[in-house]
Amino acid sequence: MSTSLKVNGKAATVQAEPDTPLLWVLRDELNLTGTKFGCGAALCGACTVHLNGVPVRSCSTPLSAAAGASVATVESLSANNSHALQKAWIQHDVPQCGYCQSGQLMSAAALLAKNKNPSDSEIDAAMAGNICRCGTYPRIRAAIKTAAASMRTA
Amino acid sequence: MSRIQETVGPVAAPAVSRRKFIQASAALSGGLTLGVSLWGAGPAQAAGMMFTPNAWVHIADDNTITLISARSEMGQGVYTSMPMLIAEELNVDLKQVKVAIAPPGAIYVNSLLGAQITGGSTSVRDGWEKLRTAGAQVRTMLVAAAAQKWGVAADQLRAESGKVLGPKGLSATYGSLAEAASKLPVPEKVALKDPSQFTIVGKRTQRLDTPAKVNGTAEFGIDVKLPGMVYASLEQCPVIGGKVTGFNATRAKAMPGVIDVVQIPDGVAVVADTYWHAKKAREVLTVEWDEGAGAAISGDSMLKGIRAASGTGKVLSIAKKGDADAALSKAARTLSAEYTTPLLAHAALEPMNFTADFKNGQCLLVGPTQFQQGAQGAVAAALGLKPEDITLKTTFLGGGFGRRLELDFVLQAAQISKAVGKPVKLLWTREDDTTHDFYRPMALVQLKAGLDAAGMPVATAFKLTSQSVTQRAFGLPKDTLDPFMAEASVAPYEVANSQHDLVIHDSGLRVGYWRAVSHNANAFANESFIDELAAAAGKDPLAYRMAMLSGKPRFATVLKLATDKAGWGKAPAGRFQGLALMEGYDTYMAQVAEISVSGGQIRVHKVTVATDLGRMVNPDTVEAQIQSSVVFGLTAALWGEITLDKGRVRQANFDTYRLMRINEAPLIDIVLVNSTEKPGGIGEPATALIGPAVGNAVFAATGKRLRSLPFALA
Repeated sequence: MSTSLKVNGKAATVQAEPDTPLLWVLRDELNLTGTKFGCGAALCGACTVHLNGVPVRSCSTPLSAAAGASVATVESLSANNSHALQKAWIQHDVPQCGYCQSGQLMSAAALLAKNKNPSDSEIDAAMAGNICRCGTYPRIRAAIKTAAASMRTA
Repeated sequence: MSRIQETVGPVAAPAVSRRKFIQASAALSGGLTLGVSLWGAGPAQAAGMMFTPNAWVHIADDNTITLISARSEMGQGVYTSMPMLIAEELNVDLKQVKVAIAPPGAIYVNSLLGAQITGGSTSVRDGWEKLRTAGAQVRTMLVAAAAQKWGVAADQLRAESGKVLGPKGLSATYGSLAEAASKLPVPEKVALKDPSQFTIVGKRTQRLDTPAKVNGTAEFGIDVKLPGMVYASLEQCPVIGGKVTGFNATRAKAMPGVIDVVQIPDGVAVVADTYWHAKKAREVLTVEWDEGAGAAISGDSMLKGIRAASGTGKVLSIAKKGDADAALSKAARTLSAEYTTPLLAHAALEPMNFTADFKNGQCLLVGPTQFQQGAQGAVAAALGLKPEDITLKTTFLGGGFGRRLELDFVLQAAQISKAVGKPVKLLWTREDDTTHDFYRPMALVQLKAGLDAAGMPVATAFKLTSQSVTQRAFGLPKDTLDPFMAEASVAPYEVANSQHDLVIHDSGLRVGYWRAVSHNANAFANESFIDELAAAAGKDPLAYRMAMLSGKPRFATVLKLATDKAGWGKAPAGRFQGLALMEGYDTYMAQVAEISVSGGQIRVHKVTVATDLGRMVNPDTVEAQIQSSVVFGLTAALWGEITLDKGRVRQANFDTYRLMRINEAPLIDIVLVNSTEKPGGIGEPATALIGPAVGNAVFAATGKRLRSLPFALA
């Protein structure tokens, strides 16, 4: 059977079984490998994508839950790094190994979509589900503030 | 220069070096291949004909310049810092270059470790002269080629920004000169710039890998796709080292997408058309195991064994100065204490994985590794091939921390590919990763000190009892000093009589190098104990340390800088400070932790770090590595512990093996000394110092001395 959904603004029809986690559909069937696998249990946030605009852990979201829905992955921010968050991430050289950063960016994007001027504690609350084993947290905080400032003036 | 002499300072130099063992072991693993097939994470393949004046620089005739990093990029920034060193002397703008990670090759051996290894915070120290020299050689060859072409003396020409320029407006791109240059002899002696002339090295530089890491295009091992590739999920014995005695794959083979179920030495692999199909089918696979001797190991029995060995095992001398025994017996008072550190998993965020394609007596390996040469040699030996039949391409690493020095997952991928006759990507689950690590060994450090009437130490005795990673990984002979275990065992302070000993005890569990290795246990013990001595003497921990650093200016400088910046003794109400000091990887570092304790919980608010790591390549990356190491070390100090029950690791995912999150991370304030000393390593030392800094702050806050990690205020 097939499932239809919208991914990064484009219609997609996929063949995976409905109980397949969205993560593996994105990565292995749609070749969107920016979204990463870290824990498989919604504990680390490396697989964070937006489902109808809401950040979800795609490792624990079955494909059936995304049927007919709109999914956005890190690739949707921009290919040429023109998104305010990508620019801020580059300006602050946030990533180290980089493996968690797609998830970090998607959690940050969801935060800034609702809150253009987050405080430290609001940043912490929105980002606490995303583990960075390299400990880039100080730079994530700084980059979110930079991106928020540029989005306010944009 | 041997590393170990640096580590133990002037006290004594053991007769062994790290390099020697690893070199000997690497030689056993088979020959090395030369030849360069580039694998860039970005678009590293050059467009046109490519010329290779030396192994570090490739120039295409379309002027695409590719610089080689012989070290794996696992977050520490070598994808940028290694090219910076080459570019400084090649006279190219970093914006002009592409970067590729080196294939296995003798030329790429890390001279400090004796093998092509990324680890030990050695990349910059190893590359500092080597890479600048390589850049200067190629520049000299390009200038010579232009001199020949134009019939002009070489000293009339100069090289800048990827071009050779001469009198009367003569100008040629490096690309147009590359073919001619690559036919010229490589100059043996080249003059290198004085550091005052540097335009790239030492400047804050944007990382070259960041753009690919913010739009999803950076290629990690998990992202590799080969034509016709299938996916494998591997069931391994719950007790590490156990062997398969039988398995039933009937149900698994009937699951959707399953291609085959194959046994390899480490377990039973389900191979399917997608990862998820392989993983689902693995869940219905049944395997019988001979769990082996590992099933008898528990955490309690392990610590008991270590403690017993500390009294009965062969004592190896790390360093000795004066007569510690005699001075201890005559001291006005003596103190002793024991410190323990637990087993730890590495928990790189990218679970272990590798992709292999065994075909026609050759094997392609693609994935994340810290040890190219080891992977090539081990797979060759296991599959009965020659090392030159193995092609290895290194992707970005989603964290390394020492775990990806190991070769188990590389071998497994190759064995599965051979068994099914297809290209295979093997991907572990998080649970596989946590339960089948090579764990940081458990350690016991016993310390004694004798104080004079003024409370200052006249003698110290240090004894570490722990397991040797080097025995397992590199065949270090039994009852031989493991130089990695001696790290930071000799504290910075001037004490007239001291004795530093090591007892190596094999607990039966496989162990591995973990970020900062033995600096962790040894600095935790030494820097906590010196605080205990200060308290016993009724002295301020800072003044007490400073009184013993008069002949150690680099230590004294960083200690002063850190405590000045942190406002030592001026913590806000309810906050308490602790400090720690260490040399590791030729880097001198002091840390001040500012904490509070509430309801038995330790909260770390701010960490101040001052460091003199000699000359820096990219100061921004230096700061990033310090931030990273502090968070990494704090995770371990507050929560990190792997425990065993009948040989089974109890922790499995991040709910039971807790990692620090953004809301728990402290502010980190960093002071860098503008040093002209030779470069030190910065990927690891801060990891080892945060434990004792926090422990000392907890003592300041509560009067309780915590001598065991992770900290628990019962």
